[in-house]
Amino acid sequence: MTVAVIQFGGSNCDRDAVRALAYLGIDAERVWHEDGLPSDTTGIMLPGGFSYGDYLRAGAMAARSPIMDEVRAAAEEGTPVLGVCNGAQVGSESGLTGGAFTTNKSARFQCEHVHLRVENAETPWTQEFEEGDVIEIPIAHGEGRFEITDERYDELESNDQILFRYCDEDGNLTDDANPNGSTGNVAGILGKTDSVAVLMPHPERSTLPDIGGTDGQDILAGFQA
Amino acid sequence: MSTYTATVTVRLKHGVLDPEAETTKGALQRLGFELSALRAADVYELDLDAENAEAAAERVDEMAERLLANPTIHDYEVEIAEAANAK
Repeated sequence: MTVAVIQFGGSNCDRDAVRALAYLGIDAERVWHEDGLPSDTTGIMLPGGFSYGDYLRAGAMAARSPIMDEVRAAAEEGTPVLGVCNGAQVGSESGLTGGAFTTNKSARFQCEHVHLRVENAETPWTQEFEEGDVIEIPIAHGEGRFEITDERYDELESNDQILFRYCDEDGNLTDDANPNGSTGNVAGILGKTDSVAVLMPHPERSTLPDIGGTDGQDILAGFQA
Repeated sequence: MSTYTATVTVRLKHGVLDPEAETTKGALQRLGFELSALRAADVYELDLDAENAEAAAERVDEMAERLLANPTIHDYEVEIAEAANAK
């Protein structure tokens, strides 16, 4: 099995992702987007970075690259897909998940540790957690404010597609704990199926114990589920 | 075939927060200007050949739907004009 970590021009978390997955014993390799998905792909990670300089909108260009047709087809067939940060923006722009990630309420790039509350613990990405668990993961983004129409937000909630929400260390959903002004404090959501997820925080940056925090391990372990 | 210039204006839907516009408004106020609101929009000009203005509008509309705008947060308008350099 191999998790394909797709490298676009301007991706910059692809090496970190491969290293974090390898640390967990998950076979992973970087795949240049023009090379297409390897035939032995068993999982797909869309890594963080600034693909195509965030031209037009963060993720907009990468989302229209030909490999994303392959990613959508693989997702339809049940291949796990995880989009992180810019990868979440790419996933959203490509229609793998709903809503949009846009400019932070602060209008600033925010790089800090945040707390997340697990909203749905019955997915490959959260099966090691209990619903309501609070975990700590870093964020680093300028365009992470989750926006969605009221109607679609209600659908996300009723379909249990909200994976993580920003919270304080006790799990309370407060405005202060919402680093970017996201609708409903949403930090991560599911696609049409549980095996497709995007989130703005970086689990691969809280996997190796020597760089602080390991709460991301159980999210990445979803590729083994 | 005629050559047209399409102008696509992409703006945030009413009610969607625009932190960059708010920041720009604040900067104008710090410069001493009085204003009550500032709204920003992106404008794209495209030159294209089409049978008629309707066909041009249809093609540009699809461009806006598929790339230039994000329907979740944006509204857009398309205006079609005979290109200034058209024969």
